[in-house]
Amino acid sequence: MSYNIAIASGKGGTGKTTVSVSLFQTLRKELGGDVVLVDCDVEEPNDALFFANAKLLHNNEIKQRIPIIHTDKCTFCRKCVEYCEFNAVVVMPSVEFAEVNASLCHSCGACLVACQFDAITETEQLIGQVNHYDTGLIEGKLTVGSAMQTMLVKELKKHIPANKLLVLLDAPPGTSCQVVETVSDADYVILVTEPTPFGLHDLKLMVQLLREIGKPFGVVVNKSGLGNEEVYQFLDDDGIDLLGNIPINKLFASNYAKGDLLNNIPLEIASVVNQFTHKIMLNLGL
Amino acid sequence: MKEITVLSGKGGTGKTTITAALASVAQNAVLCDNDVDAADLHLILQPQVMETNQFSSGWKAFVSTEICSNCGACIDNCRFGAISQTDGLIQIITYKCEGCRLCERICPSSAIYSKESINNYWYVSNTRHGKMVHARMGPGEENSGKLVTKVRRRAREIAKEQQASFIINDGPPGIGCSAISAISGTDLVLLVIEPTQSGLHDVKRLVELVRSFNISLYAVLNKYDINVLVAFEIEAYLHSENIPLLASIPFDKAMVESMVNEKTIIEYLPASAITQSIRKVWEIIKQ
Amino acid sequence: MSKTVITSSGNTLTSKFDKRFGRAEFFCLLDEATGQTSFIANEFKDANHGAGTKAAEFMVEQQVNKIISGDFGPKAKELLEKFDVQMVILQEELTIQAIVDRISKK
Repeated sequence: MSYNIAIASGKGGTGKTTVSVSLFQTLRKELGGDVVLVDCDVEEPNDALFFANAKLLHNNEIKQRIPIIHTDKCTFCRKCVEYCEFNAVVVMPSVEFAEVNASLCHSCGACLVACQFDAITETEQLIGQVNHYDTGLIEGKLTVGSAMQTMLVKELKKHIPANKLLVLLDAPPGTSCQVVETVSDADYVILVTEPTPFGLHDLKLMVQLLREIGKPFGVVVNKSGLGNEEVYQFLDDDGIDLLGNIPINKLFASNYAKGDLLNNIPLEIASVVNQFTHKIMLNLGL
Repeated sequence: MKEITVLSGKGGTGKTTITAALASVAQNAVLCDNDVDAADLHLILQPQVMETNQFSSGWKAFVSTEICSNCGACIDNCRFGAISQTDGLIQIITYKCEGCRLCERICPSSAIYSKESINNYWYVSNTRHGKMVHARMGPGEENSGKLVTKVRRRAREIAKEQQASFIINDGPPGIGCSAISAISGTDLVLLVIEPTQSGLHDVKRLVELVRSFNISLYAVLNKYDINVLVAFEIEAYLHSENIPLLASIPFDKAMVESMVNEKTIIEYLPASAITQSIRKVWEIIKQ
Repeated sequence: MSKTVITSSGNTLTSKFDKRFGRAEFFCLLDEATGQTSFIANEFKDANHGAGTKAAEFMVEQQVNKIISGDFGPKAKELLEKFDVQMVILQEELTIQAIVDRISKK
C-alpha cells in the first residue's frame, strides 16, 4: 500500500504547484522511482510545465459512458425517464421520440437497469486524458468543454501504479466534490495558504472539510511577509501544525514564472522543503 | 444591460481584486460572485445580507441497517464506488454518492432512502457599490455549476428590476462545470492573466472554451513585472488571438494591503497609477 | 384547434406573465378557438437539472402548438423546433388576461 499525501489549498494561486513540485523533486533524490507526483488539477494541470525535458511515455483516453436509446426497440414506457434523477432522458410517446441529453448525463446506468426491452445501450464520449511521463509525473487533463472533472479525477486515481511507496497528489483549487475526490484517499494533507484575508478565508473552508472527513493535515504558509499575521493566530488558536513558512521572494517568483523552479530553489525554500521531506521519511519509517 | 465576467483559468491571478476594483468604478451595476466554492468577493465588499436562500445540491443515499438484508445488490449496481460492505454490513460512503438513487430503486428490501443535501446557501445583499448576489457552498458539495446558474439568474432579475446597466461577475478558476456555467450567456469575458507559464498555459485552455461560446474577450495582465519575458510571451499570444490587452498592472503590495483593509484598490489608493489603469479598463469594457 | 401555452407566475388570469420557460411557476393553457383557459403547475420548476428540456417534453406531449414566454434555453429550443412548436418571445410586464386579450383580438 502506498502512503498518499495530498497538497491542497482552497484558494487558487497560493503555491500548491510550487510545494508539490519541489517536494517531489527532493523526495525523488531519496526514493527514486518509488515516488510519483499526480496532477489532479485536471481543469488546469501545470506540474508538467516544470519538467521541461520530461518525455511522455504513454497516455490513456478517459471516456464517459453515455446511453443511447434505440427507438426500434423502445416501447416509450418512460420507465427510464422515471429512473433518471438528472432529467437527462427525454421520451415523448405521442411522437415516438426518445433521446439522452449527454450534457446532463452522469453515467450512473440507472436507465439501463430501468429498461426491460433492451432498448438502451451505451456509447463513449471522451472527457480527458491521463498522461504518464518518464519523470514519475502522472497528469490528468480535462478535454476543453467537458464538465466531468470529478469523474476524471476518479479515473485518474485508478491509473496510479499500486507498487509505489509514496504518492503525492496535487489537488485542484476550491473545496468542492473534485477536491474531496482528490483528498479522499490521502493519508495526510498538506494545505498551502498565503497570509492574506482571501487565503485565510479559504484555508478555513479546507480545514472544515478535512475535519469533516477526518484527515490529518498541516499547513504551509507561502509568500510570508505579504498581507498580515492573522493566519498564524488562527493556526495557533486551532492547534494546527505549521509545517513551514516560505518567505516571499521575487527572484523565486520570477523563476517560477518562466517554469524554472527545480534548478534554483532558494535556500530558505529548500530548507522548508527538506524539513517536510524529513518528516515524511520518518512517517514512512525510512 | 451588459453582463461582464472576470475569469483567469489559473487561480490566484487577481480576479477578485480586479472585480472589486471594477465594482467601485462602475455606476449602476449588480455584482455577482460566481466562485461559489471559495467565494472571496464579500471579504472586500462586506455585504449586508438582505435575503438568504437554501440550495439543494442533490440527493445522498442512506441505509436503514435494521431492514437491510446485506444482499449486496446495491454494490453491484453503484457505478461510483459509493457503497461498501464491512463485516457484512452495507455502508454508504456519502462523499462518493452521486445522488442517482439507483440503489434506492433496486433495493429488494427497500432499505435505502435518500435525503437532499442542503448545506448550501445563496444570498442577496446590499454593498456600498450596489446589490450583490453571492453564495456559500458546503465543503465537498456537488453541483457548483448549478449554483452558479442560480446566482446569475437572480443577479439578472435584480438588474432588470433596478434597470441596472451592468452585471459584473467574479468568476471561478478552472475550465470545468463552474467555469462553463459562468461563461454561458455572458456578454463579455475579461481575462486576468499573470505572467507565468502556468498562467499562460491555463489561459489558453480558457480562451479555447470561451471561443466555443462566441463571446468577446479582453485581457488584463496582472503583476506583469514578476517576469517581463513571460509577460512579452503572453502579449504576443494575446496579439495572435486578437484579444485586446487593456492594461498591464505591476506587482504591488498595496493590492494585498487594500484587501487587508477591506477596501478596493480604487478606494485604498484613489490617485495611484493602478487606479487609473483600472478606470481605463472599465471605460473600454463598458462600451 | 390551436393550443397555446403562456408561462405564468400564478394560477389565475390576473397573475403576472412569467418570463422564464423551464422554471415558470405555472403554465396557462389557452384554447385559441374557444378562449378557454386552464392552469397547470410546473412540476419541474425547481429541478436541479434540465428544467427546460422537461418543460419542452411536456409541451410536445400535450400537443401544444405555440408557447409564449420570455426566454427559451438552447436545449428546450432545439426540442421545440424539432416538433414544430412555435416559440413567441415577449418581454413586456403584462397579466395573463392582457396577453389572452391580445391574442383573441387578432
